Amino acid sequence: MRPNDRRYTETHEWVKLDGDTMLIGITDFAVRELSSGNESDLVYCDLPEPGRSVEAGETFGEIESVKAVSDLNAPVTGEVVDTNVKIEEHLEILAKDPWNDGWMIRIRPANKSLDGLMDAAAYEKFLSSKKH
Amino acid sequence: MKSTSLHSVHEQSGAKLIEFGGWHMPVQYGPILDEVRCVRSRAGLFDLGHMGRVHVRGPDALRFVDRLFSNYCAKLSAGTIRYSLLCAEDGFPIDDVLLYREADSVYVVVNASNTAADLDWMRSHTGGLRVEIDDQTERTGMLAVQGPSSREVLQQLVTGFDLASLGYYKFGFASVAGLPTTRISRTGYTGELGYEIYFPSDQGPRLWHEILRVGQASGLTPIGLGARDILRLEAGMPLYGHEIDREHHALEAGLEFGVNFDAAKGDWIGRAALERAKSSPTRRLVGLVSEGPRVPRQGTSVLAAGRPVGAVCSGAPSPTLGTNIASAYVSLGLTAPGTKLELDFRGKTQPAIVREMPFYSRTRKAN
Repeated sequence: MRPNDRRYTETHEWVKLDGDTMLIGITDFAVRELSSGNESDLVYCDLPEPGRSVEAGETFGEIESVKAVSDLNAPVTGEVVDTNVKIEEHLEILAKDPWNDGWMIRIRPANKSLDGLMDAAAYEKFLSSKKH
Repeated sequence: MKSTSLHSVHEQSGAKLIEFGGWHMPVQYGPILDEVRCVRSRAGLFDLGHMGRVHVRGPDALRFVDRLFSNYCAKLSAGTIRYSLLCAEDGFPIDDVLLYREADSVYVVVNASNTAADLDWMRSHTGGLRVEIDDQTERTGMLAVQGPSSREVLQQLVTGFDLASLGYYKFGFASVAGLPTTRISRTGYTGELGYEIYFPSDQGPRLWHEILRVGQASGLTPIGLGARDILRLEAGMPLYGHEIDREHHALEAGLEFGVNFDAAKGDWIGRAALERAKSSPTRRLVGLVSEGPRVPRQGTSVLAAGRPVGAVCSGAPSPTLGTNIASAYVSLGLTAPGTKLELDFRGKTQPAIVREMPFYSRTRKAN
């Protein structure tokens, strides 16, 4: 079971309320799909500069593996206040701990509502419906 | 989706399979870059069952091949292989192929994604010649063993035939793992010493396991299409749909060795158009190296002093060179090695430098 202290998107990002701000990352499923289970196949991650505003659903960055590039989509609207620059040099963090050390950006949200996003159980169900 | 006789072997091995040219094929068995290194340093085994295999026979087989394909087949000695294009009248290729010259016939190996189109084209352009076009793709299989250890690995299964006597782009027939008169060619898509073998499709799983078994001591592993694509790009080899297609012809791609304008070959489809194109070039395929985090991809825009001058055909991280590499068409005048260009990644640029292809050569390693 994936952590239930956060919400999930259909494009495999997670968002977690942390005081006045929110942390955003990608799920273990996303990491596995991108890297085919081989963390060394991840080659690049491009994260935004602090200060940038993002809309829910908007692309805030890109992650790249040997074979493909994928967009990173903001689950909520807000302003980027911090980025986890460590990831850009150490992509293996995403494979090791996508839930904590693997956070990508910290956002000051326009509002604190996470309505409309999936909880862990709903995300689980969404993933299993995709397999068939 | 079609699958080779090795499909279940790949699935059981935990390979990741994808759709490629209408076939369900392994893209990787492990980390892609490790698979590239394995072929460069040891040896790798490839399932190439998806490639089209067509036997052209009949009294006019050679005349037919020389009328449809761009290389000169009739003048080759039997047992010789040539790279060639199958062109439309406009000179742009329908496919690129290998022609295996036999005494009175030609064995043609074509791209999976183009097999149906090639067969249609060949069958509709017989022009009254007495020729039989036999598509053997489904009833045969094809494997490649590539890498510096490929000869010692494969020789353990080959009897009555010394692989060291087989020259580059030559083929012969020998017993392989007890399978008589099996076609073996010294060809490949990696730039390494390597061989390709052809056999009845039901023999695929047995041969696969036999080669893995005898290759174990040499460190041979199965290699997927992901690594194959990087290996061929490092070796400067084109992939149809990337470096050449119905809008990019062989001459601007630097594939002159596959095109023959000898008078003795006679007229062939696309000849006149390519002769015209030869005298008025507009762009050229070049190699690019690009330090930096971003990997160039097909379609990535190439800039010179901020202005678009071309586009990337193929790009990849190259474990052999330790940098990103790409092939790209650029305007004439920007093709000299050392020319400084830029790649445009959605408005962010990354420097790139023109470099002579191939990026990697087995016989010219100090690159």
